[in-house]
Amino acid sequence: MKQRGIIEQGRDSESGWEANSSAVPPANIYVRNDEYVIELEMPGVTRDRLEISLEGNELAVRGTPADEQTPGQLIYSETNHCGFHRSFELSTDVDHSRIRADLNQGIVCVYLPQARRMKPRKIRIE
Amino acid sequence: MKVTRSQRASLGQWSPLDQLSRLRQEINRFFEMPMSSGGASQMFEGWTPAIDLFEDKESITVKAEMPGMKKEDIDLSVEGNTLSISGERREEKQTGQGASFRSERYFGKFYRSVTLPTAVDANRVVAKYKDGILTLTLPKTEEARRKQIPVVSDNEGETA
Repeated sequence: MKQRGIIEQGRDSESGWEANSSAVPPANIYVRNDEYVIELEMPGVTRDRLEISLEGNELAVRGTPADEQTPGQLIYSETNHCGFHRSFELSTDVDHSRIRADLNQGIVCVYLPQARRMKPRKIRIE
Repeated sequence: MKVTRSQRASLGQWSPLDQLSRLRQEINRFFEMPMSSGGASQMFEGWTPAIDLFEDKESITVKAEMPGMKKEDIDLSVEGNTLSISGERREEKQTGQGASFRSERYFGKFYRSVTLPTAVDANRVVAKYKDGILTLTLPKTEEARRKQIPVVSDNEGETA
């Protein structure tokens, strides 16, 4: 059952209690101007702590929030301290060579251009 | 006419039945309210930012995660030892936007009220919004700083 579009892969650990687990950032995925756009919320992550990689057909986005230099003791916490991780399996119509991303106020946007349809061409027989 | 007065056996004792009746009241109130109320119902507001609280001798620091906002859409107010953060995250529907495959991010208005451990000076609050995190430095009032009780170690005079 292969559907067109971006299919998601679950993260590696199901339970959230393992030592190296990370949070799953919420994502919006849509098409705009012949590109797939993935928006991820990763507050506190700076450019140097963001890693986007592509292995085969799997796009992985990893980020960790910057170290805190806040004065005083932490007395109450709800925010994420252990980093973000999410993977996506890309559909076959993505042009891997033109993928780009940007980061603005904690929102990571990955732009995945749809491959231009190849025109049918005749193959010469020698 | 006989007047009877009843008094609760012990003031302030928590009873699970109280919680249940309060829950029932809340549910009743929800059904009585018109569906499109102007932000009165906290339960269904959509999202609130996650926060961290730090404290030292001089000030209280609050960090709130709210990525993808604009500074001008964030409102803050401080009264005594209550901090209120509210605002709106607007969805930018850009031209050329087509099909949507996933929509997990929350947009719209939010409101969060935080009770701080001590009173703070509203006039000296510093707010910074960077990397999607709002950091508020709230200096304690003079009175709050004076009220701090220092802890002295008890074994000062002990000898082996």
